[in-house]
This record gives sequence, structure tokens and C-alpha cells, in this order.
Amino acid sequence: MIESKGHPNRLGIWGWLGGGRWGVERYLYTLHRLTGLGLLTYFLLHILVTSSRALGKAPWEQAMNAVTGPLFKLGEYLVFVAFAFHAVNGIRLGIIELGFGVGPPIEPVYPYRTSLDVQRPLAVGVLLLAAIIVVMGTLNFWVLE
Amino acid sequence: MMRDQKLWTWHLAAGVVILFLLGLHMTVMHLNVTVPLKGLNPAGGHPIDWQNVIARGKIGAFALTYVVLLGAALFHGLYGLRNILFELNPASWLKRTVSIVLLLCGLALFSFGTWAAIAGFSLAKAM
Repeated sequence: MIESKGHPNRLGIWGWLGGGRWGVERYLYTLHRLTGLGLLTYFLLHILVTSSRALGKAPWEQAMNAVTGPLFKLGEYLVFVAFAFHAVNGIRLGIIELGFGVGPPIEPVYPYRTSLDVQRPLAVGVLLLAAIIVVMGTLNFWVLE
Repeated sequence: MMRDQKLWTWHLAAGVVILFLLGLHMTVMHLNVTVPLKGLNPAGGHPIDWQNVIARGKIGAFALTYVVLLGAALFHGLYGLRNILFELNPASWLKRTVSIVLLLCGLALFSFGTWAAIAGFSLAKAM
């Protein structure tokens, strides 16, 4: 067990910024948290704004008019991008949590090998899938609509 | 199974529910041109146009998905936030306070959102 020397999690949220020897997966972890916090913030406001639907047409249109304009559209687009990443990266995390895609257990023989090399194709696949969804959303938001 | 293991399992299960229901929601609202689901935007135009909102609101199953998505997303999001805050090693009294505040916020928002979904469904049915 790693000794904490009385400073458990001593890096705190600053530790999110450094990938260190963990590589790209560490940054996906940070991005997953940041997008999760962003989505949660948006979601709480979204509940309040869209509840105006229950009061009829005029309150609904008033609420929707209050959240229109280029700044809100950009914000909504960023929420879509955050959703695309958080959703597909969440699939990756679920697959790994269940023990798939990490390779079989191996003897710890020097030079040590990390299972991150085995997981890397999954991370690349996730980023590609997120990119495809983002492209579809970008076309919908800014070109076709 | 310990309490935190149970909550973590629910967190993952809620994630799967959100994946499908929020995926549907995003497709209806933000991929309406690239992946058109005509039945859920029957009036054409923008998905937030009142006619489309009412058309979707009349579908009981759709109103039900709102409530299920609301509950799953609130639990998933607030439990995730709680985990992040707990990793910063707050004092035990602060952990208890955070848990209670998040639980109360979640219950209040779930009650409010469920009321809005049911009232919206009733309003749409009456039109």
C-alpha cells in the first residue's frame, strides 16, 4: 500500500492537471470530471427553465426567448460537445470497470508492462466516436439548421 | 455489499439509463436535422417550437422518460459531485453536511421536475 505520510490526496484538484506517467487516460479522467461538472450545472438550470412548459404557451415562449442569442447557442453547443465526450468516455469507463479491455493478468517481471497499453485502443476508439457525434452536432447546430 | 458499493453500482446503472434517454433527448433536440425523428418533431421547424413541445408532451411514454431521466441524472450528477468533494478530504462533519444538502437538493429538484412533467403532460392532453 502506498504510504500517504499524513497527506492523503495531497495534490487535491491540482492533481487533475498533471497526467504524469499515466498518459492520455489521466487527461480523459480530468476531462470526464470537468464535463460532468459542466453538464450538472447546465442540467440544474435546465430543469428550472424548461419547467415553464407546465404553465402554458406564453411562459414557455418567454423562457425560451430569455435563453436565445449567439452566446446561449454557443453554450448549448458546448453542452452538446460535453455530452458527446462524457457519454462515450463513460462507456469506456464502464467496460474497464467490468474488467474488459484491460488484458489478462501477467507476471510482474522487469521491465514492467502497464495495462494502459492494452487499454489505449479503447481510448482512441472512444475519442473517434465522440468526434463523429460532435461533427454531426456541429453540422446540425451551425450549418444545416 | 457495503453502502458505498451499492451507491456506486447505482451510479453506474443510472449512467446506462442516462446514456439511452439523454441520447434520445439530444437526438430529438440537437440532431433534429442530421438524424430526424419526425414523430417527435411533427410540426417541423425547431424542436422547441410550442407545437412540437405539445406534440411530444401528449405522448405518455415520453413524459415518463422525462421523469426517469430526471431521477437518474440527478442521482448520477449529485453522487458524482459528492465523490469529487469527498476526495478533497473534508472533515467528517462536513461530509455529513454535504451529503444531506445534496440529498435535499436532489429530492427538491426531483419533486419540482416531476410536477412540471406531469403538469406539462396534463396541459398537452387537454389541448
